[in-house]
Amino acid sequence: MLEDKDRIFTNVYGFQDWGVEGAIQRGDWDDTKALLDLGPAAIIQTIKDSGLRGRGGAGFPTGMKWSFMPQEPKPGRPNFLVINADESEPGSCKDREILRHDPHKLIEGALVAGFAMRARAAYIYIRGEFIAEAKNLMAAVQQAYDKGFIGKNACKSGYDFDVFVHRGAGAYICGEETAMLESLEGKKGQPRLKPPFPAGAGLYGCPTTVNNVESIAVAPTILRRGAAWFTQFGRDNNKGTKLFQISGHVNTPCVVEEAMSIPFRELIERHAGGIRGGWDNLLAVIPGGSSVPLVPAAQIMDAPMDFDGLKDLKSGLGTAAVIVMDKSTDIVRAISRISYFYKHESCGQCTPCREGCGWMWRMMERLREGNAAVGEIDLLEEVTRQVEGHTICALGDAAAWPIQGLIRHFRPELERRIADKQGGADYAVAAE
Amino acid sequence: MSDAAHIPDEAETRARWGGFAWTDENARIAKEIIARYPKGREHSAIMGLLDLAQRQVGAETHTQGWLPVPVIEFVAAQVNMPYMRAYEVVTFYTMYNMTPVGRFHVQVCGTTPCMLRGSDDVLAACYAKGMKKGATTEDGLFTLSEVECLGACANAPMVQINDDNYEDLTFDSMTAVLDTLARGEQPKIGPQVDRQVSCPEGGPTVLKEMVDANVDYRPRWGTVTPPPPPAPSQGQKQGG
Repeated sequence: MLEDKDRIFTNVYGFQDWGVEGAIQRGDWDDTKALLDLGPAAIIQTIKDSGLRGRGGAGFPTGMKWSFMPQEPKPGRPNFLVINADESEPGSCKDREILRHDPHKLIEGALVAGFAMRARAAYIYIRGEFIAEAKNLMAAVQQAYDKGFIGKNACKSGYDFDVFVHRGAGAYICGEETAMLESLEGKKGQPRLKPPFPAGAGLYGCPTTVNNVESIAVAPTILRRGAAWFTQFGRDNNKGTKLFQISGHVNTPCVVEEAMSIPFRELIERHAGGIRGGWDNLLAVIPGGSSVPLVPAAQIMDAPMDFDGLKDLKSGLGTAAVIVMDKSTDIVRAISRISYFYKHESCGQCTPCREGCGWMWRMMERLREGNAAVGEIDLLEEVTRQVEGHTICALGDAAAWPIQGLIRHFRPELERRIADKQGGADYAVAAE
Repeated sequence: MSDAAHIPDEAETRARWGGFAWTDENARIAKEIIARYPKGREHSAIMGLLDLAQRQVGAETHTQGWLPVPVIEFVAAQVNMPYMRAYEVVTFYTMYNMTPVGRFHVQVCGTTPCMLRGSDDVLAACYAKGMKKGATTEDGLFTLSEVECLGACANAPMVQINDDNYEDLTFDSMTAVLDTLARGEQPKIGPQVDRQVSCPEGGPTVLKEMVDANVDYRPRWGTVTPPPPPAPSQGQKQGG
C-alpha cells in the first residue's frame, strides 16, 4: 500500500489550511526557483522519465505533450498553457478536491509546466458549477501573486508568468480541449477540427497545451523527488500515484490517492469499506467514468486498476472514477441514464452525435422496459458503430461505448426484458 | 421543443430591463474580468460578464436571476460583440437562465452515480414540496431542475441550491434542507451525514495524522536511487 509520505495530495480532505501558509508548511513553493533553474529541457525530461500519463482520461504521456510546444515563441505569438478544470465526467470528483483543498499545488505546477513549455501565461478553465472551488482557487492565485510566486519575475527566477482563472458556465463538452479553447475565446464550446493541433494553433491561434489539473499538480512533487521515486509505483507504462474516486454501491464512497495498478478488490476493501452486501453482491463496475464500458464483477475483481489492465478488459482507466453497481442495480437504466447524459451534452455540431445520441437514448429507454424486438439490440449495436469514430471529437465515441459494453456483457438481460414484456412478439419499431 | 423555456413577453421585458447598467461594484468587477484576457481578446470575457449580469438581475429581483434580452444586449456591447454571438453563448451553456427562476434554484443531479445512490428519493422530496421540474413554485421560492453530473460523485446523491452543494442526501435530509431554506435560514453546507468532504464516512483510511496537524512529510521522504538503465538490446520503441 502507498505510504502517507508518498502521497502527493496530503490535504485532499481539507482538514488543514488550503491557503498559501498551510501549503508552504506542507512543502509547496519550497525553493521553486531551484526547479526552474533546472531549465525547460531537464524539466520535460524528468516528466518523461517519470512515465506520467495524462490524468484527464486519455492517458497521453505528459512530458511528450509538453515537448511539442515551440521552443522559441515568435514575437506576438506567445505560448499558452491551459489547465482543464472542467471536471464533468460522471463519476469524477478528484480535481474538485485539488482545487478547493490544495490549490497551491496546481498553481505551482502551472508555473513549472508553463516555464518548461515557455508559456507566457496559464488559463485555468474551471467548470461553472464549482463555485466554492473557484472562490478558493482565485484566492489562492491572488496569494501567489502577493507572495511574488507568480507574476513578474516569478519566484525571483527572472521569468514572467501569469495565471488566470476562467469560469465555465455548464457544458460538459468544454472538457474537450479544442472546445475549451473555443469557450475561452468567448464562443459556444464546439470542438475544432484537428489538425491544426493546439500545440501549433490553439488559444487565440497561438501554440497551446491543454493539461488536466491532476497532471499539472503532480509535476512539482515529481521534480522534487525525482522520476525514480514516481516510477516505484505502478506497473510498467502505468507509473505513479493516482487519485481514485469511488462512488456507487460501496459502503463508504470516497476520493483517495493510491498507487497505480492497485487491484480493484484491494482498493475497495481498504478505502471504500467493501461492496454493499458483500463481494457476491457485485454486479458490474464502470472503472473510469461514464465514457468507458462497464466490466462485469467476475472480470474486475482482481484486475489491476491502470490504463493497460483495464484496456485488456475492453474498458479503460479514464479519470479513475470507479462507479460500483451491486445486484440491486437496474443495469439497463444505469446505462440509459448515461445515454441521456450524452444526449443532453452533445454540442450539436456533428450529425452522427447530435442525432445519434438522442436516438440511442430513446432506444435504450425502450430496451429498459422491454418494448423492443430482439433484432433491435443488433440494430442499436450497429448504430453505435456508426456514431463511433464519425465525429470531430470523442463525445460520440463516449456515448457509444457504454452501450456497447452493456450489449457485450448483458445481452441476456436485454433479451429477458423483451421476452417478459411480450412473449417475444415482433415489435419492429425503430426509435424516431 | 415542448420542454423549451417560455421566454417572457418582449415588450414587458424591454420596459423592465431596457435601462440595465452595472452597479458601481459590478462595474469594477467587470473591468477586472476583462483585464484577464489579452488586449483585443475582450470577447473572452463574455462568459464571466453574463454570469455577473445574471447575478445582478438576481439581486435586483431577489431571485437567482436570469438574462433578459436587453441585458444580453448590454453585456454584448461591453465587449463589442454582436448580440447574436452573445445570445448563442447564453443558449449553449446551461447555467444561464433564459427565463426567471425562484429565490432558490434547486438543481438535483440525476446522473448515474447519483441515481445509484438515491437521487430518485431526492427528487421525490422536491415533488413532495409541490415542485415540478422546470417550474417555479407559486410562492416564488423554489425552481426545480434536474441537472447532469455536478462533479461530487463520492458524495452522491447531491443537489446544488444557488451557490451551495448539499451532499450525501436522503429523502429526509433533503426535506430538512428545503424546510430550513423556506424558513429563511441557512442549512449546513456540504455532506448531510457525519463526514468530512469526500473522506470515507467514519474517518480517513489514509493520512490520519493530517486530521489534527498540518504535517510536513518531507523529512520522511528519503531518497530513491534510480534503477540502472535498461540493457540496450531491449530498446524496442513503444507505439508508432
